[in-house]
Amino acid sequence: MIEVEDLTVRFGGVTSVNQVTLTFPAGACGLIGPNGAGKTTLFNVLSGFVRPETGRVSAFGDDLLAMPDYARARWGLRRTFQTEQAIEALTVYDNVLAVYEHTTKGRAARQAAVLDAIGLVGLGDVAFARVGTLSPRQRRLVEVGRAVVGTPRVVLLDEPGAGLPEAETEHLGAVIRTIPDQVGAMVVLVEHDMSLVKACCEWTAVLDFGRLLASGPTAEVLRDPEVLKAYLGQEELQ
Amino acid sequence: MTTLDAHSALAGEPVSTVPSRFGRRSITQAAIAAAVFLIAMFVLPALTSTFWVKNFTSAAILSIVAGATGLLYGRVGLVSLGQIALYGVGTWVTMRLGFATDWPYPVLVLIAGVITAVIGVLLGLPALRLQGLYLALVTLMAAAAFLVILADTKFPTGGPGFKGLVVEVTNSDSMRRPDVAETDFGFYRYVLVVAVIMFGLALAHLVSKPGRAWASIRHSEAAALATGVNTTTYKLWAWGLASFMTGIAGGLLAAHVRSPSTFTFGVEQNIILMAVVVMGGVATLWGGVVAGLLVAVLPELLQKWGFSSEWSLILFGTGLFANLLITSWQLDKAGIKE
Repeated sequence: MIEVEDLTVRFGGVTSVNQVTLTFPAGACGLIGPNGAGKTTLFNVLSGFVRPETGRVSAFGDDLLAMPDYARARWGLRRTFQTEQAIEALTVYDNVLAVYEHTTKGRAARQAAVLDAIGLVGLGDVAFARVGTLSPRQRRLVEVGRAVVGTPRVVLLDEPGAGLPEAETEHLGAVIRTIPDQVGAMVVLVEHDMSLVKACCEWTAVLDFGRLLASGPTAEVLRDPEVLKAYLGQEELQ
Repeated sequence: MTTLDAHSALAGEPVSTVPSRFGRRSITQAAIAAAVFLIAMFVLPALTSTFWVKNFTSAAILSIVAGATGLLYGRVGLVSLGQIALYGVGTWVTMRLGFATDWPYPVLVLIAGVITAVIGVLLGLPALRLQGLYLALVTLMAAAAFLVILADTKFPTGGPGFKGLVVEVTNSDSMRRPDVAETDFGFYRYVLVVAVIMFGLALAHLVSKPGRAWASIRHSEAAALATGVNTTTYKLWAWGLASFMTGIAGGLLAAHVRSPSTFTFGVEQNIILMAVVVMGGVATLWGGVVAGLLVAVLPELLQKWGFSSEWSLILFGTGLFANLLITSWQLDKAGIKE
């Protein structure tokens, strides 16, 4: 569970996140909103790349803002980025191993843990191929594999479905849905593809111009007239 | 839909075994390396004169410096134009200690390596915040500053004081060699063994935790931080390792030329080295070997064939350009944007 309290982030004169107070419960949560709503900024605050002007952020009772950025990964916070971050020069196995060895103490069981994560995302057959030789869909799954290896507590996924065809997004959704049960981590998913959010997330928060517009069970939030108006114009959600 | 069907089983193919890092490809690589080493060790000296063996000694020493520079640039993404200066630090420390003590030669070289590593890490501190052109400029300026200091202090000649200079230069001003490698041929083999150890040290780093951390940093510092890599530690570690290797090479140079000249460490040498390192290739450690040969042997070959050795600069320039062109074609073909 992540609790954000009175969070404000400013870049010069632009207020990117404005007095946001919200709680992400355990399980899989969506974070949606139009471009520039502050979704990625919120992720960057959680990762430690951006210092907020005011506010408190705690995850499972621990103060995230008090930890240095690299130490948050060791605490159990993982994330993917909008741009591809799997390392082309390394194999899938080494990509996942690189995350595991920097976030988990002790060498015991590391092979098993790395192979489990690769199996979870369904890349077992290419585990020892170089990432540079993989398809875009597979590379995206490598990043999810990097995010779930070991014992993560919070997995932040920043538009994992961007640029993927529908069929491939479905498979990605199936992988994301297994994370809370099989890995034991909560998931926060930033995504523009509403079908992916609906398929994966029981709970969703909506940001608009840096403010919290709505939050609650996904189905209710997506029916909220305020959300429809701000985020999607007047169109009905499919 | 076929894509989804093919991968709809979430568990995927179960994988339970990890192929050894010493697979067939690594064995081939090791065999090639061993063959090159044995030829360099036993065949080459039999075929050539003392003059060429001396040149190949220089090539082996410089390949260590080139390997270190290539590691920083190719594996961590850090441009260092100060490597030749650090090389000079290693030489200076070895000479000073060599005259001041009667410690065994390997101990002198090891201490030179450690001291150079410390200075290299200090030089690497700006690298924590700088990248690309600015880092290149800062390291080049550090190299220039080093040359100014060196021009004043000069290399030790066995005298007293910090500088260790004697007023009247005699024959005693040359650096001693290890007992097992007094001759030029013997010292050539000694250098080869040390070079293999240095490349082994670099390789051991690259295939383990630091190597993967460096690959993460090179790809994206933000992503590296997000996956728990302490980028400060690992960047400084890379500077430390590269400087240690460079310092060891400097120690070898001290006993190779015995009375080094400051001209060897000219500021422009840093730029030439970087160009040749890129030309040799930074994707594998072999690039360092190629770079060492290019920089130490090619000018002598040109001279032998009746050209000025300065022509090598033009060849390095065209070679660098050709390499960049070919690399970009290859990346294009492989669909990789860099």
